[in-house]
Amino acid sequence: MTDLLRLATAGSVDDGKSTLVGRLLYDTKSVLADQLEAVERASKSADGEPDLSLLVDGLRSEREQGITIDVAYRYFATPTRSFVLADTPGHVQYTRNTVTGASTAQLAVLLVDARHGVVEQTRRHAAVMALLRVPRLVLAVNKIDLVDYDEATYLTIAKEFRDHTTALGYSEDAVVTIPVSAKKGDNVVLESERTPWYDGPTLLDHLESVPVDGPDDTAPFRFPVQTVIRPRSAEYPDYRGYAGLVAAGSVSVGDSVVVLPDGQRTTVEGIDRYTSSLSSASAGDSVVLRLADDLGIARGAVLVATSSAPEPVTEFTATLAWLHEKPLTPGRRLLVKHGTHTVQAMITAVEDRLDIQTLALDADPGTLEINDIGHVAITVAEPLPLDDYDTVAATGSFLVIDPQAGDTLAAGLVGRPLVTTPVDA
Amino acid sequence: MSVDITPLSAATDQLDVLESEAIHVMREVAGEFDRPVILFSGGKDSMLLVHLAHKAFWPAPIPFPVLHVDTGHNFDEVIAFRDAVVERYGLTLEVASVQDYIDDGRLSERADGTRNPLQTTPLLDAIADHRHDAVFGGGRRDEERARAKERIFSLRTAFGAWEPSRQRPELWNLYNGRHKPGEHVRVFPLSNWTELDVWRYIQREEIDLPTIYYAHTRDVFARDGMWLTSGPWGGPRDGEEVITKTVRYRTVGDGSCTGAVESAATTLDEVLAEVRESRLTERGATRADDRLSEAAMEDRKKEGYF
Repeated sequence: MTDLLRLATAGSVDDGKSTLVGRLLYDTKSVLADQLEAVERASKSADGEPDLSLLVDGLRSEREQGITIDVAYRYFATPTRSFVLADTPGHVQYTRNTVTGASTAQLAVLLVDARHGVVEQTRRHAAVMALLRVPRLVLAVNKIDLVDYDEATYLTIAKEFRDHTTALGYSEDAVVTIPVSAKKGDNVVLESERTPWYDGPTLLDHLESVPVDGPDDTAPFRFPVQTVIRPRSAEYPDYRGYAGLVAAGSVSVGDSVVVLPDGQRTTVEGIDRYTSSLSSASAGDSVVLRLADDLGIARGAVLVATSSAPEPVTEFTATLAWLHEKPLTPGRRLLVKHGTHTVQAMITAVEDRLDIQTLALDADPGTLEINDIGHVAITVAEPLPLDDYDTVAATGSFLVIDPQAGDTLAAGLVGRPLVTTPVDA
Repeated sequence: MSVDITPLSAATDQLDVLESEAIHVMREVAGEFDRPVILFSGGKDSMLLVHLAHKAFWPAPIPFPVLHVDTGHNFDEVIAFRDAVVERYGLTLEVASVQDYIDDGRLSERADGTRNPLQTTPLLDAIADHRHDAVFGGGRRDEERARAKERIFSLRTAFGAWEPSRQRPELWNLYNGRHKPGEHVRVFPLSNWTELDVWRYIQREEIDLPTIYYAHTRDVFARDGMWLTSGPWGGPRDGEEVITKTVRYRTVGDGSCTGAVESAATTLDEVLAEVRESRLTERGATRADDRLSEAAMEDRKKEGYF
């Protein structure tokens, strides 16, 4: 049995992120012979080494421009762990992809070029990781070979990064910094002899040993109903089950639950996972719940623990990461998708916008544009059982959708989850 | 219903994580779309989709029909298997036939005899004719570089085209399936699975597969570094020598461009061992269609291919 770590990588232009990911794949022998041949055929590297970044740049336009445009997902495995890696692009205009990668990540690897140190993009990426509550960060100080493996340079960068992540609310042990050369392979998979002053783990050692923070099963129970299973067959004439993924917490047979937004109470009579009857289920499990009472529950309802039922609301404050070229227009009709429920919505006010460099809040910006993060007031047409994102992320998150074009406009987080201490830029 | 009380262990195996994710995706589609369909070739990935759909909606029947894009260059074993699966799960089978398009002149045979690229038109017509708004595919991101950038919910234009620059950001597990009339959404529940995960899951769940996935003796000839089987799709040509070998298939596709690999793996355990040891991707080893150019898959996806 092996476990699974979902991670995201982010860095700014030309700091060698694709090469680092290529190096991880190459040195863990996750690159198969035909892929390597394709790289060697296409490789333009002047010094004769295969250009490992070509392993991960998937689209032709990316290869032609030598940049990464879109989130790419990579898979590699070691004997102890499997990895799903969301490789996110560094250009400013693609920060929305960083948000996407971060939303499912249990750990983020940020890259800096040792010659340039912590730059605006590093601060922006760390803020996005903090906002989305990515539990752990790694700073890979790349191209350490180009600063002659200089310890003082590394320490200066590491300290600056730690100061920034501490201001963002990360604890000391949630952040690890590693000096690497993706191109030469130092401290990525194999320990480097050229950094004798560094006694920490290699990047892969760390990824293999870091605790996996799974979905929160200590949080209060939350279960958005996806669909009702009602076979009405000769064999199962009266079966009625509510299918869904346990979003947070856990549930056991016999637990009493509240159905939101209506507020009726009932008891969990059975938990089915295909033909098996379970005594309990927890966050991340796709199951079917059978209830003691027939309450006319449909898709969109949320079953929650009686002891911690949120009060459904129609007006709330949220943090938005704006993802679309079309800027926010307060007062326009929009849709909010929360769990399995999509409702009409309107953003009534933009309260402030985060200055990603200083982490200060600029009041009354009037709008949010692509890549902006800010706080807004939202009104929805039907009451939603929301949690604060920093309490229960799974039911504290939502999408803002354009009702005409159907595009996803923003990632929404209920409340003000980003706690920051403004820092000097 | 069995009555064994099985508490899930705290440390969940990655196969359970992947299964829960795939089932969640399928139930979202059932909840948000009017006319979904599962693309079903009889290959292992599409068989996995049927198995997962069966588990997702049990004890109700699978609420989606299946669509087979039939190139006319099939392995007999695979067609027999397809029909048996349709029967066993009580599915509705829709068939889009490339042969029909060739017979009435809407498509013409390619010089190289390969029919894989010809599947796109019948596929898009079938989606339009049946007014399917969600189309499940068995594609995995580990298969190929362009697929690595694919979303789980992937919007297609009214022309069936994939526009990489219009891809929606996909956040948490909140999938946005909104689309305009005429557009549809391709859905890939196996996005995060690897080839090894697929085989481990097939073993764990005891999923039946067509026999050609296991080693058997077959008359084959060499072309482009692959072992192709003799058949009505144009082979062997002059100078291509037919020999009998013990082989198996890693993918099931059009007979004209799907190669067999030499293998003695006759059981699931042996296949798993072979997949673990393999130094070639399954597409690189056995799919001529992906060798057409560096961006072969990217181009076909933009046209509306699987």
